Amino acid sequence: MFALQIQQLSKQYSNGPRALEQVDLTVQKGDFFALLGPNGAGKSTLIGIICSLLNKSSGSVEIFGHDLDQAPETAKSLLGLVPQEFNFNGFEPVLAIVVNQAGYYGMPRHRALARAETVLKQLHLWDKRHTQSRDLSGGMKRRLMIARALVHEPHLLILDEPTAGVDIEIRRSMWAFLRKINQQGTTIILTTHYLEEAESLCRHIAIIDQGRIVECAPMAALLSQLAQETLVLDTAQALEQVPELDGFTLQQTASHSLEVTVSRQQGFSALFAGLKQAGIEVVSLRNKQNRLEQLMLDRVQRASGGAV
Amino acid sequence: MKALYRVGFQTILYKEIRRFMLIAVQTILPPAITTILYFIIFGQLIGEQLGDMAGFRYIDFIVPGLILMAVISNSYANTVSSFYGSKFQRYIEEMLVSPLPNWVILAGFVSGGLARGVIVGIVVTGVALFFSDIQIYSYSVTFAVFILTAILFSLAGFINAVYANTFDDISIIPTFVLTPLTYLGGVFYSINLLPEFWQHVSLVNPVLYMVNAFRYGLLGVSDISLSVAFGIILAFIVVLAAYSMYLLNKGVGIKS
Ligand SMILES: Nc1ncnc2c1ncn2[C@@H]1O[C@H](COP(=O)(O)OP(=O)(O)OP(=O)(O)O)[C@@H](O)[C@H]1O
Ligand SMILES: [Mg+2]
Repeated sequence: MFALQIQQLSKQYSNGPRALEQVDLTVQKGDFFALLGPNGAGKSTLIGIICSLLNKSSGSVEIFGHDLDQAPETAKSLLGLVPQEFNFNGFEPVLAIVVNQAGYYGMPRHRALARAETVLKQLHLWDKRHTQSRDLSGGMKRRLMIARALVHEPHLLILDEPTAGVDIEIRRSMWAFLRKINQQGTTIILTTHYLEEAESLCRHIAIIDQGRIVECAPMAALLSQLAQETLVLDTAQALEQVPELDGFTLQQTASHSLEVTVSRQQGFSALFAGLKQAGIEVVSLRNKQNRLEQLMLDRVQRASGGAV
Repeated sequence: MKALYRVGFQTILYKEIRRFMLIAVQTILPPAITTILYFIIFGQLIGEQLGDMAGFRYIDFIVPGLILMAVISNSYANTVSSFYGSKFQRYIEEMLVSPLPNWVILAGFVSGGLARGVIVGIVVTGVALFFSDIQIYSYSVTFAVFILTAILFSLAGFINAVYANTFDDISIIPTFVLTPLTYLGGVFYSINLLPEFWQHVSLVNPVLYMVNAFRYGLLGVSDISLSVAFGIILAFIVVLAAYSMYLLNKGVGIKS
């Protein structure tokens, strides 16, 4: 069964651009799905329509088989949203925000209080439960939005840039947390501009550009399509001259470092054998660019005719 | 009724009541003070110089209108500022993503306005009893007009908030429409004192019907027939509620 099925979805803002053009998208139940694309691509617009915050122009949205127009109460009760922009009542305390949200889902107050305690503790906000939301730091507000979205135990959780402006430590713990609830059965859709985040968390990915889906595939399949990768190698000794290696183009970028582009047909073994022969000892290596980043730039450029 | 509707409604109402009680100094106290001033100035100082109005001491005559005036402006103020605030800070989205149907959302906000109208009405009535010695003529009429008026103006405030884009927009209507309508709605005088032409003009003012029906409930006199008054009040409520639902369903002012 699909957690989300979108058909022919279009959106024309009355005073603005055509933000979505005939979007078709399906997300499997249990998936961890990345929705990627440049600024203004239409990610938040798509999410806004799925979550009833925006009116669509045409098309349909089904959540676990329930049409958003025909069975809105069932469809919406299965959904949790962490929006891109903060949308709290600044004067409301943390606990009240989460408990009230549960109330909007029909959860009786005593259960709502127990649930709120659980999610606030999971997101390390229990100590802040009496703080007004406007007095929280940016990272705490992000976590509060996650707690609020989870209080009614949604089956599909949609997060619009949940880690924007969040420090590394908290980002890591958010990742671990999201992985955990995904393993426990929650389907997750995530947008992010940190591509290593998408690469490490998500199993499927869709790339959206100028309101159209330009790529939608399993992460592994997509990464294996990469024709070539550029590596940065750090060497033990300072290089006097750039070695000549059959079939590889090497470029010296600093006294102790080299850049080399390796295609899929060549493979890494030949490279390292050649380097060894040339007497170069490699102490570390890394991708010059995140692999997904490279892929995305490639797809987005192709979609817009290469002109950026 | 489904738990979703009941709990959702209670949540909104509880939140609304908490909101205006936390700022009682801005919401409950001012109408009490204003009413005291009205009673001292119009009731005692000036009222003493005046003769009877419709067979009552002037101070007793104006009590019903003053109470209703407080109910009107407070119910209106509550929904307009609360709903506008939820739009402005975007926490209305908390309700929009939830499965709550629009009629529950509307009922919640309107009941919040009703609650404030009722609390302010009771406070002002308490003040009034201190200055005058009126006896309630008909409890049922008094109660019905009180509640219906609060609902009507909560709905009106809600519609104002839907269209408002700035904080100015939520004070324009109260200042330029609501206040004149209440002052000209027969709070301070019987329309029988007016020249015939102005009596007819006064009849297009809906507040006149509420004030008179309420005065009937408290004193037993009215310039208007009671059934006409109730008919008009109910018609206004139906139209405003239907229009509010239409606005919510279309997402006017809240969904692009
Ligand atoms: N309320 C609105 N009214 C008019 N146009 C809008 C509105 N919201 C978004 N847009 C436009 O729709 C397009 C898509 O915007 P959207 O917010 O969906 O992009 P996004 O992919 O989420 O970008 P980002 O990564 O920057 O968050 C943009 O051109 C944007 O200017
Ligand atoms: Mg966005």
